[in-house]
Amino acid sequence: MKNFIISFFVLARAHRVATALLFLLVFPFLMPYDALSVNILIFGLYAVGFNLLFGYTGMLSFGHAAFLGVGSYLAGISVVHAGWPWWAAILVGVAASCVAGAVIGFMAIRTRGIYFSMVTLALAQIVYYVFYKAEGWTGGENGLRGVRVESINLPGIQIDFINPLNKYYVILAFVALALWFVSRVLNSPFGAVIESIRENEKRAAACGYDVARSKLLVFVLSAGICGLAGALRALHLSIVPIDSLHYLQSGQAVMMCLLGGMGTFFGPFVGAAVFLYLEDVVTNLTRYWMGAVGVVFMVFVLFFPKGIWGTLMHQIERWQRRTGGPA
Amino acid sequence: MNTPPILEARNVSRFFGKFKALNNVSVSFRAGELTAIIGPNGAGKSTFFNVISGGVPPSEGQVLFQGRDITGIAPHDFARIGIAKSFQITNVFKQLSALENVRVALQMRVSRFQLLRPRQAYEELLHQAGALLSRVGLTASRDKLAGDLAHGQQRSLEVAMALACDPKLLLMDEPTAGMSPEETTVMMDLIRQLAAERTVILVEHKMKMVMGLCKRLIVLHHGELLVDGNPDEIRANAEVKRVYLGQG
Repeated sequence: MKNFIISFFVLARAHRVATALLFLLVFPFLMPYDALSVNILIFGLYAVGFNLLFGYTGMLSFGHAAFLGVGSYLAGISVVHAGWPWWAAILVGVAASCVAGAVIGFMAIRTRGIYFSMVTLALAQIVYYVFYKAEGWTGGENGLRGVRVESINLPGIQIDFINPLNKYYVILAFVALALWFVSRVLNSPFGAVIESIRENEKRAAACGYDVARSKLLVFVLSAGICGLAGALRALHLSIVPIDSLHYLQSGQAVMMCLLGGMGTFFGPFVGAAVFLYLEDVVTNLTRYWMGAVGVVFMVFVLFFPKGIWGTLMHQIERWQRRTGGPA
Repeated sequence: MNTPPILEARNVSRFFGKFKALNNVSVSFRAGELTAIIGPNGAGKSTFFNVISGGVPPSEGQVLFQGRDITGIAPHDFARIGIAKSFQITNVFKQLSALENVRVALQMRVSRFQLLRPRQAYEELLHQAGALLSRVGLTASRDKLAGDLAHGQQRSLEVAMALACDPKLLLMDEPTAGMSPEETTVMMDLIRQLAAERTVILVEHKMKMVMGLCKRLIVLHHGELLVDGNPDEIRANAEVKRVYLGQG
């Protein structure tokens, strides 16, 4: 049995994108309702984007809501004000969050540690107020309404985007593409560079790597992934709530990552799923969801700092060493 | 002597606020030499090391590498032009395996911003990394996490990483700091071998250690150059005795 579990996880790790895809294909049937599955898919991607920066490069941003929000708003504005098709909206959303990532990243990477976190938080707050005040474009406090996409037209097929299960699979196509991209990047030489920067910036520079440029690039990639999550969310909800840019949303990315296991490929997704599922269950029982979050968060930070997936992997690796099982 | 010195510091000073850590130091190093920079605590050795290795730019003066002015170039440019270093406080990638540490260091030569090719496409790097590890005697520990290695092994690993860019000039800041006597002997043998094939500059606190190792010693004191000479000259120098040997 142990050997079987070990083999399973070894295989899952070797083919991580395929594993994720297989699981996500059946995922809606494990969840109580489809809207929750879609939510988990979108926030899973958001956490994956955040993890690229936090888990793999070691930079803790407290402002990633900015990229989720910018992606959402710009996708929404493309549909509502410009009347552009869904695919253009997604492209605009991702491009805009990459630009936002370049600007915020350019300023933030000059600092380290807690200062980096504070600068990202402050800049994200500026973004929040800009969108809050630009009522004509964004709907201000009420959010941007009317991001109506009723069907997805592709050459040859037309998909009804109102049906929640269809919606899930359309969004999954984009999420799968993004996961493939992230997996490629992590496995590339550049993936090794960002990990080395996380481990020791001084040594990475002494090895000849331009730390600032590498950090900026990973910041933009991370922002782009989060922006894609945001754009998909705008299409999913058909409105863009102003909360998308709120710092609580930034905190959620940190929480999901820690819960699932930072610096692991599947961790952020697991974290997002557990977080949103718990939220769904707990809010049905009590109003004090944030209290429950606090307790869960503390338990993990104190007893399982590697998160759910990280702890699991750690255990499997121990078994592997002990049994000398498949490497 | 038409070839310029491999490294030259011209009237280099470094201030920290009002404190002059280095004051108008001029030294040049010839290619192929093994030189040690020594001095009592607070002599400015580490500041000098940082200035010539890209840790901090000098406040005044110039640093030239093979006749080219490299004052104030970015830290990552040092490895690219052929200057590698090992730090006084060990800097390795602790959560990565020893082999991966060296592989990442080697990778700089072929790829820095390649996002979409898999790492495995650069297979030759793994062989080279293995060879470098065996060079510093870490073959048996190649799959261990760098953070799990003994202190001396981590320092050897750092040397392997420094060698990865095939430097013309290797700078080492107290390479035997914190090492056991056995580890020190191993490291000194390694330094001797490395010095046979490239220029090496050491910064060292322990004078005894470098006496038998280097042909040229440079003594710093209070941020200034005190003496520059061979071990016999240094041993015979009254000034050196006063500031350095007299202490212990």
